[in-house]
Amino acid sequence: MKIAVCVKEVPDAAVTKRIDPSTKRLDRSGESVLNHFDSQAVEEALKVKEAGGESEVVLVSMGPAGALDSLRKALAMGADRAVLVSDDAAAGSDLVVTSRALAAALEREGADLVLFGQQSSDSDGAVLWAAVADRLRRPVISQVAELTVSDGKVRGKRQTEFGYDVIEAPLPAIIAVSDAINEPRYPSLKGIMSAKKKPQESLSGSDLGLDADVLGEQGSGTSVLALDDPPPRGDARKIEDDGSAAGQIADFLAEKKLL
Amino acid sequence: MTIAVFLEHHDGELQKGSLGVLGKAASLGEEVVGVVLGSGVKELAAGAGRFGAKKVYVADAPELEAPLPQPRVDALAQLVREQGIDTVLFAASVLASDTAGGLAARLDAGLNWDLVDLASQDGSLVGTRPALEDSVYADVGWTSDVKLALFRPGAFDPAETGGEAEVEEFAPSFEDFSTQAAMIEQAHEESEGPSIEDADVIVAGGRGLGGPENFTLVEELAKALGGAVAATRAVVDAGWYPYSTQVGQTGKTVAPKLYVACGISGAIQHKVGMQGSGTVVAINKDPNAPIFEFCDLGVVGDLHEIVPKLTELVRQRKS
Repeated sequence: MKIAVCVKEVPDAAVTKRIDPSTKRLDRSGESVLNHFDSQAVEEALKVKEAGGESEVVLVSMGPAGALDSLRKALAMGADRAVLVSDDAAAGSDLVVTSRALAAALEREGADLVLFGQQSSDSDGAVLWAAVADRLRRPVISQVAELTVSDGKVRGKRQTEFGYDVIEAPLPAIIAVSDAINEPRYPSLKGIMSAKKKPQESLSGSDLGLDADVLGEQGSGTSVLALDDPPPRGDARKIEDDGSAAGQIADFLAEKKLL
Repeated sequence: MTIAVFLEHHDGELQKGSLGVLGKAASLGEEVVGVVLGSGVKELAAGAGRFGAKKVYVADAPELEAPLPQPRVDALAQLVREQGIDTVLFAASVLASDTAGGLAARLDAGLNWDLVDLASQDGSLVGTRPALEDSVYADVGWTSDVKLALFRPGAFDPAETGGEAEVEEFAPSFEDFSTQAAMIEQAHEESEGPSIEDADVIVAGGRGLGGPENFTLVEELAKALGGAVAATRAVVDAGWYPYSTQVGQTGKTVAPKLYVACGISGAIQHKVGMQGSGTVVAINKDPNAPIFEFCDLGVVGDLHEIVPKLTELVRQRKS
């Protein structure tokens, strides 16, 4: 079975994220890492592989050329190889373009199972898998907290606002895991050493038959018009408890007419 | 401009979030229609008139019975093409987000998500999108023919303006792949006690409580304040408290007048579920907890000491 995991390089959580005022895009010049939510999708792919049968786990990503460095962590966890769609014309791509490029790369791989993490930590989107599934014309199950793959079918326990659903679909299928699904493993030293030697391929738009006009801002359906400061949240007060905190909270609630 | 609003329903009721988006759309002065997709939902559709829809399109089909996104993409794509709809708005949820994402690909339509506001400026729509942990507010627009948007849970309250909606049925055709995913078991977890979605006061507990037994501290304070108890995803996953009380991205979205966060760090997943609250009081022993960035009163201290004292004071002052 071939399992593809869609992953993304994001700014390190320790870096203060900022939007470049000239391009109105996220400044990606700082330290970058593998999106944590994606490492859970990698973990789940490895579990499916380890459960038996001959399987290959392929990472599929889109991003700047340097993004292969962040993908290496997933290779160190145990993924077999990585494919990065990288094209200067693709900077500023929105959902329409990203789903188009990833679907083209996934089509080329012909994976039986495609996994996504819950969201990206930089854009907070949680929509990409649905768009990719529509382009690939495959069934999709999202927010999966438990996954089983057997007899050419995939079964997911989906967590929603109303409780848990159990949904089943035939393979090939697209699955987006929830962050409750697992704890991703730490790469072993051996894994880290072998990651560098694993196949890492970079594809341009033209490799996938995508012209520059369907990539990047040109091919996108959304735009950022202006950036503003957030509205102030009133004057927040912060106190340290010296034994009187409970009384101060009670006074505060009374002052706000909440008590 | 014709704006369609996806009206999500659950257990025979149109969802508050969708009705809030409907009210917002109606306030823009454009032509606004509602869309109800399901099985046996015609009656439900007529009710949308009270919240601002002049017309509601209904597709009633067995393929639309389970809350699964792909048949809904087929139905909406068909409606957009047949009725010349240029904008489709959604209140974010698991179902709505997957539906909007699929529709964006099907129609090559730009999708802006996590919006908290929408305005019509010189005939163009402009959305407001907080980004980077809400540290910056972006004005976002669309360059595609069809425009899609997902609104943050609780972005707008429904407004009852009265009125009746004309209901028009349509029959979608479904793609083969759209009906391949099948609902095997649809679980409804009913909550006990006061519903957190309707409570004026919520006291919520997180991992800082230290253990499930300490939820009694939270329950006692909630009882004294006349409020409901909520929990974070971390403690629900750990089995300390039931899922029905979970506030956050995959849980419920709440907007009480008062939200007291006990031992909650304030991860973004939790924040999106409670940021519409009126006044937020946070008690946490970690002075660097993110929750202190979005509360009105932050208390750095040991909740095990502060909460029982506060409960006692509330009881005294109320009696």
